[in-house]
Amino acid sequence: MTTPNEPLLSVQDLQKYFPVTKGLLKRQVGAVKAVDGISFDVFKGETLGVVGESGCGKSTMGRLVTRLLEPTGGKVLFEGQDITHMSQGRLRPLRRDMQMIFQDPFSSLNPRHTVGAIVGAPFRIQGIKTEHGTKKAVQEILELVGLNPEHYNRYPHEFSGGQRQRIGIARTLALKPKMIIADEPVSALDVSIQAQVVNLLEDLQNELDLTYVVIAHDLSVVRHISDRVAVMYLGKLVELADRKDLYESPMHPYTNALMSAVPIPDPARRNDRERIRLQGDVPSPLSPPPACRFHTRCWKAQAICKVEEPPLVELASRHQVACHFPEKVPQEAAEAVSA
Amino acid sequence: MSFLELKDLKIHFPTDDGLVKSVDGLTFSLERGSTLGIVGESGSGKSVTSLGILGLHKGGHARISGEIWLDGEELVSASQEHVRGLRGKKMAMIFQDPLSAMHPYYTVGDQIVEAYRIHHSVSKKVARKHAIDMLGRVGIPEPGRRVDAYPHEFSGGMRQRAMIAMALSCDPELLIADEPTTALDVTVQAQILDLMRDLQREFNSALIIITHDLGVVAELSDDILVMYGGKCIEYGAAEDIFYRPEHPYTWGLLGSMPRLDRERTERLMPIKGSPPSLINIPPGCAFHPRCPYSDRTQGKADTEVPALLETEGGHLVRCHLPREERRSLWENEIKPMLETT
Repeated sequence: MTTPNEPLLSVQDLQKYFPVTKGLLKRQVGAVKAVDGISFDVFKGETLGVVGESGCGKSTMGRLVTRLLEPTGGKVLFEGQDITHMSQGRLRPLRRDMQMIFQDPFSSLNPRHTVGAIVGAPFRIQGIKTEHGTKKAVQEILELVGLNPEHYNRYPHEFSGGQRQRIGIARTLALKPKMIIADEPVSALDVSIQAQVVNLLEDLQNELDLTYVVIAHDLSVVRHISDRVAVMYLGKLVELADRKDLYESPMHPYTNALMSAVPIPDPARRNDRERIRLQGDVPSPLSPPPACRFHTRCWKAQAICKVEEPPLVELASRHQVACHFPEKVPQEAAEAVSA
Repeated sequence: MSFLELKDLKIHFPTDDGLVKSVDGLTFSLERGSTLGIVGESGSGKSVTSLGILGLHKGGHARISGEIWLDGEELVSASQEHVRGLRGKKMAMIFQDPLSAMHPYYTVGDQIVEAYRIHHSVSKKVARKHAIDMLGRVGIPEPGRRVDAYPHEFSGGMRQRAMIAMALSCDPELLIADEPTTALDVTVQAQILDLMRDLQREFNSALIIITHDLGVVAELSDDILVMYGGKCIEYGAAEDIFYRPEHPYTWGLLGSMPRLDRERTERLMPIKGSPPSLINIPPGCAFHPRCPYSDRTQGKADTEVPALLETEGGHLVRCHLPREERRSLWENEIKPMLETT
């Protein structure tokens, strides 16, 4: 994939703190640091996968980037334009270029609207007139995502889960966006349907030259669909690399642990696998561990991990890691770190 | 006779829209100390089967026929009270969502104590000590303090552990786990799967694990049963299902799934269409509308329900295609496609 120098989406030190209030006066007693200073770029035509466990802030990140949530700090640049605190009115034209696919195909579609109304809504809201009318345009999109255009007047409950997810995808495609943020686009679907939707997303990307940010917890789906992958843990980016590098030589201990935890569908390998057993659960983002947030579960943690936060640095070509004791680091980079 | 035997079990639900044939003639057996994985998509009847074995459809409007033999006792014809007495001690279940399976008003300890005292006439104090022991066994830190916590005070992984502790508190001989790790993160899922494997070895219980995740099944199961439209369509040892599958649906499941242990494939091979509604199961072979090979059955696919036949040493397949054709399709077309990039 070619990567022109200008990123389509650029996220700089993005933060989102949700206040925790108490008592009658709603005094603020703390904050959930859902996203705590993450930076990355997304280039035109590529797919960035974002993985992490529940509570790591990956969905919040998606909603910040699309400005469904107001960031606490940092910057979001879309095509070089700062949209971090842009008003809804000025943001509206930009929404054509940036759309979102949601996880749950049951709650993300209005049950009282027909498919035609749902997929046609973007035209209505943006005040766009198409050559042969909205209905024709909607039917073309329905066909594009593999739905029967004659189902224009049906309601969401008449469709299966996989078909509803296609309706959701049709809606995001209505205005020919440049970028789509997909938050767990297949996790609510059956295995055989997941593959259909994954293939559809890939076909659409090739056909319409789309840029994707795919947020998912399933590491195998992310590997299949992404060009680059970001790993998040408790609001921080811990590793960001090209797909092949990340999956073949993960450097962050957390990424290693995640990979080894994925069950392998091969009965012969169940006994000879080296599995990294992490202790306990992800800590609460309300009071994340200080310094490196992974140190409470990390088997490589030493004194420094509890006092100093490791910065996200490029240790190999296009491979960024935030760890004091990364694994499989190329020799030169290791020397540079220790120097 | 095996420890658990199902013979032609049918569980049908009459509804206003028609008869829902959730389980339609299921036969299998399971020995102590071994694990059966039941795989299928939503609506394939796998959860209804597990509730049926536990007798949880009794007294409802389900129509149940066939036989369930547990340790020499027939359960379909047994009274509700009798089966209730077996639950907990003889057989127990781990549910998918521990938050809704546990009572929010009672502490975790109280709920384990209650289950334990139904089957053992011991004092509350002894039962509480047993509850603390069980929580410790499943890896909950500080069980002496945690025993007095409410379910909402536990994290997802801890709740699932507490539920496993509850299910195991009376040493059940048959344990059914219905999607035990689906709601959990991968790192926690790995912990729970390890735990279940260790505990099963320790207690030598029979384990049925129900899931849609082929990875989870491969980690735990000795035998695998693939369900589709309320019927078993393929059954065999785990190695048969993963290395020599013969049903096109099983091929489809394997092809739909991106795998971390292989080179990345450019393209997934999904099954077309979607799973059938159980009210309106397609005639003939239930899979025929989605099957790429249904035109090779001389018109039998949509008229005749194929029988579940043994192809080799305990490997059963329900398919009209001749055995040789299935094998050559797998060896020459499907397997190379799954393995190449």
